[in-house]
Amino acid sequence: MTVVAPTSSTTNKVLPHPLNAWYVAAWDHEVTRKPMSRRIANRPVALYRTEDGRAVALADACWHRLAPLSMGKTMEKDTIQCPYHGIVYNSAGRCVSMPAQETINPSATVPSFPIVERYRYVWIWMGDPTLADPELVPDMHQMTSDEWAGDGQTIHAACNFQLVLDNLMDLTHEEFVHSSSIGQEELSESDFVTVREGNKVTVTRWMHNIDAPPFWRKNMQDKFPGFEGKVDRWQIINYEAPSTISIDVGVAKAGTGAPEGDRSQGVNGFVMNTLTPETDRSSHYFWAFMRNYALDSQLITTQLRDGVHGVFGEDEEMLKAQQAAIDANPDYEFYNLNIDSGGMWVRRIIESMLAAEGRLVASA
Amino acid sequence: MAATNIETWQSATVIETLPVATGITRIVLEPSMPVSAEPGTHIDLMVEIEGEAVKRSYSVVESTHGGTRLVISVMKAPLSRGGSIFMHSLIPGARLDITQPLQNFPLRVGAQRYILLAGGIGVTAIANMAAVLKRLKADYTLVYVGRSRNAMAYVDELSELHGERLETHIDDEGSSLKVPELVGRADASTELYMCGPIRLMDAVRRSWVERELDLPNLRYETFGNSGWYDPEEFIVRVPKLDLEVRVPQGRSMLEALEDAGAEMMFDCRKGECGLCEVRITELSGTIDHRDVFYSKRQQRLATKMNCCVSRAVTSATGAQSDAAHAGPAVITIEPN
Repeated sequence: MTVVAPTSSTTNKVLPHPLNAWYVAAWDHEVTRKPMSRRIANRPVALYRTEDGRAVALADACWHRLAPLSMGKTMEKDTIQCPYHGIVYNSAGRCVSMPAQETINPSATVPSFPIVERYRYVWIWMGDPTLADPELVPDMHQMTSDEWAGDGQTIHAACNFQLVLDNLMDLTHEEFVHSSSIGQEELSESDFVTVREGNKVTVTRWMHNIDAPPFWRKNMQDKFPGFEGKVDRWQIINYEAPSTISIDVGVAKAGTGAPEGDRSQGVNGFVMNTLTPETDRSSHYFWAFMRNYALDSQLITTQLRDGVHGVFGEDEEMLKAQQAAIDANPDYEFYNLNIDSGGMWVRRIIESMLAAEGRLVASA
Repeated sequence: MAATNIETWQSATVIETLPVATGITRIVLEPSMPVSAEPGTHIDLMVEIEGEAVKRSYSVVESTHGGTRLVISVMKAPLSRGGSIFMHSLIPGARLDITQPLQNFPLRVGAQRYILLAGGIGVTAIANMAAVLKRLKADYTLVYVGRSRNAMAYVDELSELHGERLETHIDDEGSSLKVPELVGRADASTELYMCGPIRLMDAVRRSWVERELDLPNLRYETFGNSGWYDPEEFIVRVPKLDLEVRVPQGRSMLEALEDAGAEMMFDCRKGECGLCEVRITELSGTIDHRDVFYSKRQQRLATKMNCCVSRAVTSATGAQSDAAHAGPAVITIEPN
C-alpha cells in the first residue's frame, strides 16, 4: 500500500520511481526462448521471446495461484505455460488453454507490459499502458550507430536509483573514488555549467591544458601512438528523464580547438547509463562505453569494457555503503552543495513526474 | 496499475443522476478513495433488495480526474433480480458501498486493429475503451447495436467523439447488424471486444469459430444476466439436503438455495469459474445455460449446471408467453 504524502523535498533520501516511463528491462541478448524473471519497479516480470523472436513481458505470477510463469516454458507461437497447473498464456497475457475444462474463463489473464526493443535493450512500460508511447524511449542512439563501437554490462546496485543518478550528475567524485583511473584534482577545481530544459538536464565541464589521467592517456595512445603531453578534457553530462544519462567524455591535444568544436585531435567516448529501479533500495544499472575511434578493434572494446567495469566497481561499493548509512541514520537529513545542481534538477524533474502520478512519497 | 481483482471497499456519494435513454440512468459517483479506472473496469456495489444488501456489478463508463468521479449507467430491467430498480431510485447525496475499480475485461494496448462491439446497455463497458483507442490513434471501429435509437445511451456523444469510426445498427430503423459480415472484417491481427446480449455475443462467437480466428482475440466479459429464455419461476429439489426450494423470477438458484440454508460452493457468481456447478439428476423442463464455463457440447448434455446464473424453464421458444401452463419447471440436483 503506497502512502501518498503532500510533501515535496528535493532531498528525499529514498525517492520512489515514476511508473509512466520506459525503463530497460534487459539487454536484448538476455531475453531468449527460455523465460527469465526480473524484478522491475518492485514487480516480478517474466521475460521471454516468441517463436518469431519478439520480446514479451508478462507479470511473473499466474492468474490462478500466482505461481511464477518464469519457471515455466515457452510453447508454440507466442505462448508460455505455467509450471504448476499447465495454464497457457499468449503474449497479450491471455489464457489460451486451461486444464480439465473445455472452455477458457474469459477473465483469465495476466498483465502484459508494453515492450519496445531499441538501442540493444528491451524497454518496458510498467505504468498505465494507455500512455506507453514508443516515442518516449530515451535517446541512446550511440548504442546502435555505425559511428560508435563499444559494449557494456549490468551492475546490480544495492541502492535507490536516485543515488546512482546523483553519482552520475556530479563527477567531482571521480577525484576521490577513481583516483587511479580517471580522477584528477582539476575535476573539483574546474567550473561547470548546468542547464535544464524540460525533462533534460545538461552539466558541462571543461578542464584546459591538464595532464591526461591514466585511462585517457591510454585511449589517446590507441588513436595517436606514442602521444604524450597536455590535453583539454571535457565531460558533458546529458540527463533524460526519468533515469538515462549519456556522458560525452574525452580529451584532445591541448589547444587544438576542442572546446570550440574541433575534436579531431582527440578521443571521444559516450558513457551510456540507464537505471531501472528494482526495488526502493536496489537498481539495475545498465551501462556501456561507446567510442568513435578504432571502431573495428574488438581488443579495445574489451579493454574499455573491462576498464570501465573496474571503475564502476568502485562506485558500486560506495553506493552500497551510502544506502546502508542512509538506512542506519533515518533521522539525519541530506544537505546540498553547489556541485549538486545537476542532481537537484534531476530530483525536481522526477518529483514532478511522481506528482503527476499522484505518487510523491515522503519516506525514510 | 496492473490489473487487479482485489476488492477494496469504500463509500461513495451519488453526485448526479440523469436519464440518458429510455430506461437508462447515468449515475455519477464520488468515491471516498479514488483511483483511476482503466478501460474495461467495473465496480461492484451493494444494492438493497427487499431490505437485504446484495452485490451487483456495473461497468465504469467514464473515470475523470484520477477517478474522483466514476460514471456508471444502469438500465431498469423489470425482470432483473431487483438491483436496477434500487439503482434507479438513487438521488444525489445518497451513499453507497462500492469497490475500487475491478478489472477482468482489460483492453490490450498494442493490437494492430480493433473492433469494439456494443449491444444495448453493453455500451457501458465499451465506451471507455473506444475513448482510449482514439487517444492512442489506434485503428479501431466502434460498432453499436440497439433495438431503437431512443433506447441507446450515449449514441450522440459517441457519434461526436468517434465520427466515422462509429457504426450504428438499429433494428427498428432497418439497419440490423449482420454478424457474419462484421466478423468477416476481422483478420488474424484484429482483436474484437464485445459486450451485449448473450444472443449477440453467441452469434459473434460462432462466426468467429467458423472463420477459424484465434479465440483469445475475441474478448468479452459476462455478468451472467442475459439468457436465451426469459427468466421463470422454477422449483429446485435437493434430496441430499431434504430441500425443495422455489426460485423466483428475480432471484438466482444459488441465492435461493443459500436463502434456504444450503451451504453452497461458489466464487465468481457470474458464470465464469464453474465452482457453483451442481449435478442434475432429474429435470422437467429445459436448462437455460447462462454461463460461459461449459462448452456447447457440455450444455447439450444437461447433466450439470452453474447455479449462479443458469435457470430452468418450461418455455419452448424463449418467450415467457410460451411457457407451459402445466406448472413451473422442476429440477432435482446434487450439490457439490
